[in-house]
Amino acid sequence: MSTTVWIILAGALLTFLTRVGGHVVLSRFERIHPRVEAGLNAVPAAVLTTLVAPAAMNGGVAETAALVTGIAVSLVTGGMMPMFLSSAAVLILLRHLLG
Amino acid sequence: MSVEIAREDAPPREFMDGLRDSVPVVVAAMPFGLLFGALAVENGFTTFEVVLMSATIFAGASQMVGIDLFGQKVAPWLIVLSIFAVNFRHVLYSATTGRRIAHWGPVQRLMGFFLLADPVFAEAERRGETHGKITFGWYMGSALPLYLCWVAEGWVGALFGNLVPDPQALGIDFLLPIYFLGLVMSFRKRSFWLPVVLMSAVVSVIAYRTVGSPWHVSIGAIAGVALAAAVAPGTRAGKEKS
Repeated sequence: MSTTVWIILAGALLTFLTRVGGHVVLSRFERIHPRVEAGLNAVPAAVLTTLVAPAAMNGGVAETAALVTGIAVSLVTGGMMPMFLSSAAVLILLRHLLG
Repeated sequence: MSVEIAREDAPPREFMDGLRDSVPVVVAAMPFGLLFGALAVENGFTTFEVVLMSATIFAGASQMVGIDLFGQKVAPWLIVLSIFAVNFRHVLYSATTGRRIAHWGPVQRLMGFFLLADPVFAEAERRGETHGKITFGWYMGSALPLYLCWVAEGWVGALFGNLVPDPQALGIDFLLPIYFLGLVMSFRKRSFWLPVVLMSAVVSVIAYRTVGSPWHVSIGAIAGVALAAAVAPGTRAGKEKS
């Protein structure tokens, strides 16, 4: 097998270990401490924010306007699809107008 | 018992629910699956290797980092380490979602963890919040379309990479941040949501500019999680116990 295939398989194995590992470690404890519980409940917001924040900081007018639109629509409608579509529409429109 | 068929958590209905929830995810991820295939071939991957990587790793950001380093002729072990570093946040996903799928069989759980990519995790947490429990049927309904499309997109991107349109003009390079923002917003009813978001945002931006990518993800995430852990129990109980 080529080196590339070995790189891919090793990367796949390590990725799988991260996806199993957190659960394996946590399941060794019989009772989950309330602080751990609170921390885990914060995981989605914490991790997903880090995937948005640097992109938002590096973005221009169109990108910022798209994200602000997304936040506003999300607060009003609460639905994922309206938020996603309106935000993307603002982004594409402004990039064409400003670009 | 024919009434059982109409039950809310009947497997077919759960699977259909999952399929419906997967639609925006599949749409948001599509350009990146194609882009990955095209870039991977440009960086020296064969079509087989593209498909193998998408099918076995199934984590977009780490795959992009992997092919980028491969194109720069970086040492193989360093590429593998970088893929691991980018995916380290999945340890947190595993611990979080593991609590919700503990009632599944062992093989089902292994399949579930294998598919636990960013959007799969986020959708599972949303489902857990609204429906209490996560069934295997719903999880597969929401994750399998994404997985199959992701592999197929890598393949198509590898074959027809030069036909992929300019990502900038169509705004597709920024679709994932928009999608992830939508997910962040969907968790806003959780306790300490705003402090956690602000903390993770500030720390990840600082880490992005000092330590660099991809470590800003883990560092920013841990800051937000630590904040929630530090303030939560005392506030919830109204008094400090320890």
